Amino acid sequence: MFRNLVRLHSQFGNALSISKVCPRGQHFGSAFKYSTATAERKKFYQDVSISQGEGGVYEINLDRRKLKTPGGKLFAVPNEALAIAVATEWDAQRDTLKFYTMHMTTLCNTALDNPTDRDKDQMISAALKYLETDTVCYRVDEPYGLVELQKNEWDPALHWIENRYNVTIGASSSILGPEIPEATKETFRQHLNSYNFWSLTGLEFVITQLKSVVLAMAMIDRHLNVEQAVLLSRLEEEYQIRQWGNVEWAHDYDMYELRARTAAGTLFVHLSSESSTVKRKLMQD
Amino acid sequence: MATMSSPLRVCRGILKELRVMQGPSYKESLAYSYVMDQFRKNKVTGERYCRAQQEAHHDSHTYLCLLESTRNHLYLHNLYHSKGERSQEEAAGLVGLRLPTQPGGKGWEK
Repeated sequence: MFRNLVRLHSQFGNALSISKVCPRGQHFGSAFKYSTATAERKKFYQDVSISQGEGGVYEINLDRRKLKTPGGKLFAVPNEALAIAVATEWDAQRDTLKFYTMHMTTLCNTALDNPTDRDKDQMISAALKYLETDTVCYRVDEPYGLVELQKNEWDPALHWIENRYNVTIGASSSILGPEIPEATKETFRQHLNSYNFWSLTGLEFVITQLKSVVLAMAMIDRHLNVEQAVLLSRLEEEYQIRQWGNVEWAHDYDMYELRARTAAGTLFVHLSSESSTVKRKLMQD
Repeated sequence: MATMSSPLRVCRGILKELRVMQGPSYKESLAYSYVMDQFRKNKVTGERYCRAQQEAHHDSHTYLCLLESTRNHLYLHNLYHSKGERSQEEAAGLVGLRLPTQPGGKGWEK
């Protein structure tokens, strides 16, 4: 019993309070919370593996302990691909844990804990709010090069989404932004309602990152890939970079972070909303 | 995007990222087996335009983008933003000074 305690202290270092010590060391109560007093948390595990729990959910095991969300709930995801992605993120950590690189884990935690206690309708309303100030609809009047660039790059995306969903969204260069008719919002609301709660978490995340409902929907519907969507979202910045030059520690840093977050969000939505079955077709000859 | 759009290139990209992330034993990782499994499963399809294949291709491209961007982001972060503040000794050493020492300890300590 005392040997267990000593081993735990040497692993955890400082500043962690362990509420329950199980003599067999299998499951820990609220062993690790994500916010501690220390600035960095050391990597305290060697192996990451996944296992299937009851109900068909997949859980992550760090050494022999089960991963928990910051809210204390058991970390359980509905499909295997998501679990593997999260496990890979945890496996990729070296020495210290860098939570800002673990985007899939963060998204799963948000979906599981729901810290702001929102329901589907609130999330849909929050997501649709971005439509009124959608990046793709907000045009400038000058400089002329930027106006041309916006027209050539953003108009195709706008037309695509208008055709796809049978809605009208105009582009406007006034300071108030475009006038979105109620019918458009209703169409989007119904479409978003068809996604489950997890997918909606991811979708709202993507919309918040790209600052555009149009680009997010285009990406979720697989019309654009991540790099294209991020490029379109940052169109004005790219224009300025082309004119004035690139600053690696700001521009590239922001671009990679945006790409990582957007890719994580998109993958999260796709993995949470699809289900795959394998049908074998017999070859007849 | 025309570049990187063939499934083979995306697959090789993902494997390269996994190798960078996990070292020489990347072939035993969960992600490796899952990714290879998915690529093999979706390789053969009867229809000319198979939606599941397109979806899987898009997802694989997204995952490659995720791995690549987190790696680059972490790299840039460590390169430019991770040093933090200098300690007092280092700051004094910038101009060639050293911190004063008081053998008895400062009065308010202990």
